[in-house]
Amino acid sequence: MAKSNKPIFWSLFAAGGTLAAFLAPVLVLLFLLAALGHVPGILNYANLHAFAAHWLGKLALLGVIALFLWHAAHRLRCTLHDFGLRQDAMVAIVVYGVASVGTVLTVLYLIRI
Amino acid sequence: MSRKPFVRPVSKTGWYFKHPRYLRYMSREVTCIFIGALALLMVVALERLSQGPAVFDSFLAALTGPWSTLGLLLILVFAVHNATSWFNVTPKALPVQLGEEFLAGKYIVGAHYVVWGLTTLAVLWFAGVV
Repeated sequence: MAKSNKPIFWSLFAAGGTLAAFLAPVLVLLFLLAALGHVPGILNYANLHAFAAHWLGKLALLGVIALFLWHAAHRLRCTLHDFGLRQDAMVAIVVYGVASVGTVLTVLYLIRI
Repeated sequence: MSRKPFVRPVSKTGWYFKHPRYLRYMSREVTCIFIGALALLMVVALERLSQGPAVFDSFLAALTGPWSTLGLLLILVFAVHNATSWFNVTPKALPVQLGEEFLAGKYIVGAHYVVWGLTTLAVLWFAGVV
């Protein structure tokens, strides 16, 4: 049977979608509260820095951000096809490229904190 | 087989306007744009956080304003749409067999909604909101 890399990207899509289903609404709600002037405690510099400085916090942030990125990348690849864009090889390079860069940057920023 | 099969002309870019079901499908698919935007916002937030308190506070200040509020509100709407559409198909993705019978879908969906509610409350508590 021909080898396919589809299971890798699909499992990242499914894992990210499940995590996003449970967490994305409440996470964006925290940003929304900050936008409305009611900054949640966790978004104060000292608190968020302490959270991101702990290895468990780093792991949680990396897991959430990376899985969201790879979920969005894979689904966007399929969605762009549905919107009539048929250059799949190019689309795949761009969307997975952005997800890769985002993942690497997240690791770099977390190391710096 | 007919030598000249009839091929119904379908618009590549506007086919999903032809039926409400297609439009609902596309509404679920485009949630990924907003999940991706939230992820990128979090990457930016981490970058600002790594630059120190002054930079991070100006990031928080930049969040205020009608346009970013509207953008975040849109992300919230589509994030909730992703959640509900994701949970509503869980009986198909995770069927639970009990002997000869299958557990009714409403229990599987309901369990996901309960866990979603508890997770949301836990995060709000951890974040110091409630």
